[in-house]
Amino acid sequence: MTSGATALRSTGAGIGPARAGSPSAFDVVGAVVDPELPVVTLAELGIVREVAETDDGVVVTITPTYSGCPAMETIRDDIVRAVDGAGLGRAHVRTVLAPAWTTDWISESGRAKLAAAGIAPPGAAPRRGAGPVPLVLGVRQEPVACPQCGHAESERLAAFSATACRELRRCLACREPFEHVKEI
Amino acid sequence: MSFDDAYDALTDHDDDARWAYGTGFSDPLAGVPTAVPDGVDPADLAAYCLMLGDDALVMSHRLQQWVTRAPELEDEMALANIGLDLLGQARLLLSRAGEVEQAGIEQAGFENAGGPARDEDALAYLRDPADFRNVRLAERADEDFAHLVARLLVFATWRLALLDRLTSSRDPVLAAIGAKGVKEATYHREYAAGWVVRLGDGTDLSHTRMRAAVDAVEPPAGELFEPHEVELRLAAAGVAVDPSALREEYDGVLAEVHRVATLPPPPPFEAATVGAGRDGVHGPELVEILNEMQELARAVPGGVW
Repeated sequence: MTSGATALRSTGAGIGPARAGSPSAFDVVGAVVDPELPVVTLAELGIVREVAETDDGVVVTITPTYSGCPAMETIRDDIVRAVDGAGLGRAHVRTVLAPAWTTDWISESGRAKLAAAGIAPPGAAPRRGAGPVPLVLGVRQEPVACPQCGHAESERLAAFSATACRELRRCLACREPFEHVKEI
Repeated sequence: MSFDDAYDALTDHDDDARWAYGTGFSDPLAGVPTAVPDGVDPADLAAYCLMLGDDALVMSHRLQQWVTRAPELEDEMALANIGLDLLGQARLLLSRAGEVEQAGIEQAGFENAGGPARDEDALAYLRDPADFRNVRLAERADEDFAHLVARLLVFATWRLALLDRLTSSRDPVLAAIGAKGVKEATYHREYAAGWVVRLGDGTDLSHTRMRAAVDAVEPPAGELFEPHEVELRLAAAGVAVDPSALREEYDGVLAEVHRVATLPPPPPFEAATVGAGRDGVHGPELVEILNEMQELARAVPGGVW
């Protein structure tokens, strides 16, 4: 980060509340909505890793959800537009690959908004011990509650849905299909 | 936006406009540190990034060809998503290859020092078949859906094992690409294994065809575990993965999938009778892929889409 940084906030654990008064660059960037899931903001999605206000403009560091996520380009453009619109000058958007994004970084408010939009939020991301990635044959058995009727059990219809980060499921009670953000 | 000219209205006039992967796509490695680890030959590292990137790029293209041809809409979605994951990995790896290649040129003081690095587009669209370093498995055409899932099982099982080990690479970019890719390849393997089981343990007809597919796809896969000299040098330097070390995990996964799918144990690898993709020896199948993939880029060099 440049030495001219005057404000530096990351989305890791221990983030304090937003500062009073005019919105900070972090608040402006964080409030940009995800183009594929416009019910949640980038901050709620957990992909904004760092926002620094420097003499040279606002330096925003984001991390992709998936390697091939096609929304990244739109997200960059939206961030630049939002920072400019807030009168904070030019934004420089950088990518960071490590640590890799995990659905555990989706905030509580993000999860609530997903559920309200009929998209089941992810559970806890799988934890792996040492050794090879275990092979899973057959449908995963973890319960995913229906976001429509609240029934606790559903079945997987397809492991990939409209985007790489979601799968298609069906409620065993109301029989309505719904999407679920897969844990990664 | 003016619609007097529909074509013009679709055009992105950003300075960073690219005609290749999409409109106005920017460097996927923007802001990622570009240093080459100490004691590593940049030419070797660039070659290795090309190998792994070409595997992903060519396999992605083959998967994309299945869109509109898969048995169910859900499978088209799955194959498109898997292809997209691999395309994303390819973009990162080709971008890294171009940067590292240029670092080597600067270091050696060649006459083209100071020039721009070859970017992902130049590497994907302007190389000839003999310059591609993908394993030949990636370029094979699929005779039917059973061949596709058999091939994807082999590819994803091998690549997952590779990416998982790559997470401890001394090259931080490769380590990060590995860590991200592991999460994706886990789903790819699960999808392919699920279909091999479903078809193998299905009707008499599906079993017969699934068995024919694994018998055709698996024996030539020995190439995946034969290390190239670049891989050996970089593995010794703690940067790359020696693919022969992946064999045990691969054998275990394939044996388990075959067992649950009620298929006979995996057939043995056949002795290699053709040149290696890692050395740039490819079949007419890669030429066919590149003719399709590179046609527009070659017809309109530097065109902005």
